[in-house]
Amino acid sequence: MKTAISNALSTSDHASRDRGGKAQPLLSVRGLRKHFLIKGGGPGKPACKVHAVDGVDLEVRKGETLGIVGESGCGKSTTARLLMRLLTPDAGEMIFDGDPVDVMGGLSLRDMRRQMQMVFQNSYASLNPRMSVEDSIAFGPQVHGLGKRESRQRARKLLDQVGLLPDQFASRYPHELSGGQRQRINIARALALEPRLLILDEAVSALDKSVEAQVLNLLEDLKREYGLTYLFISHDLNVVRFISDRVMVMYLGRVAELGDSEALYRAPAHPYTRALMSAMPSMDPLRRTQVAPLDGDPPNPIDLPPGCRFCPRCPMAVAACHDQEPELEALPGGGHSSACLRATEVQAQGRQQEALDQEVST
Amino acid sequence: MSSSTLDASAAHEPLPAAPTKGYWHSVFGRLSRDPVALVAGLILLAILLVGLLAPWVAPVDPYATSMLSRLQPIGSPGFWLGSDELGRDVLSRLIYGARLSLLIGVMPVINAFVIGSAIGIVAGFVGGRTNTLIMRVIDVFYAFPAVLLAIALAGALGAGLINSLFSLTVVFIPPIARVAESVTTQVRNVDYIEAARASGARSLTIIQRHVLGNVLGPIFVYATSLISVSMILASGLSFLGLGARPPMPEWGLMLNTMRDAIYVNPWVTVLPGAMIFTVSICFNMLSDGLRTAMDVKL
Amino acid sequence: MMPIATPETLAEDEAPVAATGAESLVEVRDLKVHFRTPGRQVQAVNGVDLSLARGEVLTILGESGSGKSVTLRSLMRLLPEQRTLLSGRVRVAGEDILAMSRGELSRYRGSIASMIFQEPMLAFDPVFRIGDQIAETVRRHEGVSHAEGLARALELFELVRIPSAKRRLSNYPHELSGGMSQRAMIALALSCRPRLLLADEPTTALDATVQIQILLLLRDLQRELGMSVIFVTHDMGVANEISDRIAVMYAGRVVETGTVDAVIGRPRHPYTLGLMQSRASGELRGRRLSAIPGSPPDMASPPPGCAFAARCPRAVEACREAVPELRSPGEQHLAACFRLDNAEDR
Repeated sequence: MKTAISNALSTSDHASRDRGGKAQPLLSVRGLRKHFLIKGGGPGKPACKVHAVDGVDLEVRKGETLGIVGESGCGKSTTARLLMRLLTPDAGEMIFDGDPVDVMGGLSLRDMRRQMQMVFQNSYASLNPRMSVEDSIAFGPQVHGLGKRESRQRARKLLDQVGLLPDQFASRYPHELSGGQRQRINIARALALEPRLLILDEAVSALDKSVEAQVLNLLEDLKREYGLTYLFISHDLNVVRFISDRVMVMYLGRVAELGDSEALYRAPAHPYTRALMSAMPSMDPLRRTQVAPLDGDPPNPIDLPPGCRFCPRCPMAVAACHDQEPELEALPGGGHSSACLRATEVQAQGRQQEALDQEVST
Repeated sequence: MSSSTLDASAAHEPLPAAPTKGYWHSVFGRLSRDPVALVAGLILLAILLVGLLAPWVAPVDPYATSMLSRLQPIGSPGFWLGSDELGRDVLSRLIYGARLSLLIGVMPVINAFVIGSAIGIVAGFVGGRTNTLIMRVIDVFYAFPAVLLAIALAGALGAGLINSLFSLTVVFIPPIARVAESVTTQVRNVDYIEAARASGARSLTIIQRHVLGNVLGPIFVYATSLISVSMILASGLSFLGLGARPPMPEWGLMLNTMRDAIYVNPWVTVLPGAMIFTVSICFNMLSDGLRTAMDVKL
Repeated sequence: MMPIATPETLAEDEAPVAATGAESLVEVRDLKVHFRTPGRQVQAVNGVDLSLARGEVLTILGESGSGKSVTLRSLMRLLPEQRTLLSGRVRVAGEDILAMSRGELSRYRGSIASMIFQEPMLAFDPVFRIGDQIAETVRRHEGVSHAEGLARALELFELVRIPSAKRRLSNYPHELSGGMSQRAMIALALSCRPRLLLADEPTTALDATVQIQILLLLRDLQRELGMSVIFVTHDMGVANEISDRIAVMYAGRVVETGTVDAVIGRPRHPYTLGLMQSRASGELRGRRLSAIPGSPPDMASPPPGCAFAARCPRAVEACREAVPELRSPGEQHLAACFRLDNAEDR
């Protein structure tokens, strides 16, 4: 059946679309930057610059799930929109499976978007209320030249794939469906172009926990079935840890820490990551949180402090942190890097704390 | 291939009982349950039918004058609703007048709906400087009171039906374009437009498939609310001698020609005005009903 | 850093408090809330019993559509009167809420019970300074001068640990960050010294690092002021952090209730168990989550028996025929399930 779907689009078979082999990253981005200008509050007040994404390098390996976590204003959603080119980046180059994107002789945006699709957070707003479910899913393939009948057929097959009975759902409208069902349809719509990379921007965050689990399971199944690669963006550390192979932590438009999921969660090497982790509500009635790990709100990425941008909230900041902005550097052991001058000390302190907690609980 | 690889428990979940029907189907369902809108709609339909079937319905020729039976009161034999200053049957003239009055009242709004929507949707969808430019030009027209603008344009172009239609169209384009622009700007920023763009669709396709369906409804409701104003303005132009020309049967013009007889035969003189009033208020009620019926959180 | 309770005092405070009739502040009996909409009637709440002791924190835990927010709002009579059918008994501090007149309600709201919301901006008028708004509320309820009201506002801002409180009082609502405006809303809610604080998902829209600050603040304030709190959330972790007791709601009914230890530590109702097991976490990496299948029933036509039966792995015929009563599987613990005795055979 898979080939039956694929026939219609010219270069859709996954094996044939893989160009550089397993080792070549599927997507690689260098120096991605986007600053927004906000008009001044009145005459004479200068416009201020929001450093939404401020020099992000990232690499998505074939077949992996890369998680991006961070709080509001960290630039994770802007990054997703920049990658999809729903926003135009100020700077940065993008290479999709060896092909530079949107440059002469490279991959055109239209072709890139066939290989890369996105699922949005708001399941309702991302479906056209006046279009039936079937038409919404079939829209993408039709845009790329698939006939009306074939694309409808594909829509029905995809409905089946995401666990919704085609006969029952194809002619429904979004307002007749639950949040979970709508998100399944959004996933089906994203898959209709047979992309290789799926960006999931807080795709399960608005769902109830029991529905979230269903959708996470579905995502795992689809990934295996279609050999997909995911970029999974969320503020929920537990979910990101569950689904991701590697995790990238962002703070104020920059990468704070990046590493293999387990390594990063077991021994976070950036004070911000540690704070995020200890801010998660505890699930143990006997070990409730006693101290909030950070004071205040995450700042706006408008007036950035000199040096490390986490400095003003960092419990471990030293003089050097105020002077220079740390680069993302690999930690010994590999597979893990952190943009903190005191990365190793952060890890050591974490281990100490853990030992202490063990003692208290026994 | 079956979906057996998928989570069997989550798969194929049943649907809560909800009837599947199109949006417009449900709008008309709700509209038909609204008694006020229903009555207004039926009255309009009746007037329209009578107007269309005028040659069969009207008792006599609306142009036939008779110097002997001028200014007959209501209820006179042969002249159920009296006669005018040239002895023409008022009932027949009112019936024939429905054709012309409805035409010059409704046509400008339809024209303005097409042109204004196009301008507004393009401005709203493109945004940025183009939007500013288009909307400032529209604002210039918007700055004149509708009545003055209509009279000035019709006066400048000269009297006549076509010119009156044209000037009223120009009057109604700016308000419709504004509404179209603001609705489109709202829709443009919703995720499903982004999703469509992410699927590689071109702007024209996105407007056709995703924008139009979501903005035409609200614009249409607004346009229907303008019909009553248009009816009154059109009659007003005719009354001033800028629209329909004598001896055409048109309600506004009839009001004008019979105005001298108001002391002689007041009730007959009032009839064309009553028709204008009835039609315009019915359009207003229908428009209100339509807005309520369409204003459903989907 | 805000002062926090030491583990010793915590343990004492967390000792299960049974809400018995004599000392309870809130008594809800057989509360039913139905909404009339054209063509159908939605049975949002279907016979909820709750009681809350003085100085106790109760969390109503549930997913969207479970009736948790509606239950909370009926304690304030904050539901659209025209379309709402309320029945049952709701008593707060000895007063019958459902029988109150409009005048009595506006006295009751704010001074006996007061509410905080998910969206703090809705609590404030955007065109007035925050300090003035709080002072005005105090003036209206307690008949003091505006200056005295402002002094009280400053006290309150310090109470909710807003840094440089004096300066913040003259801010407009939009000038405060998310966490700060949430604190300001708590200050406003506490301005007339309520005995009952109702919190409708006040931390859901906040970032994790801010959420934990607000939870700790609420915990401290509750203890300092001896208030009772009813907290509504969909997040088990949040419920665990804040509450003494938890009531789990599903499809308009309480399906399980008890102390935190009991409900989080030893859940017995299949729905609560399902929620626990469907949580994604690092330990489950690479495995399938045991998601609860299906979706909640349509509340316009709820099933005759247990509303969870259709999704329940342990459901038997009896579950589909009658609604189970709350029974006690252990001390300080109630669950509405016919199959409690068979719970261990999973």
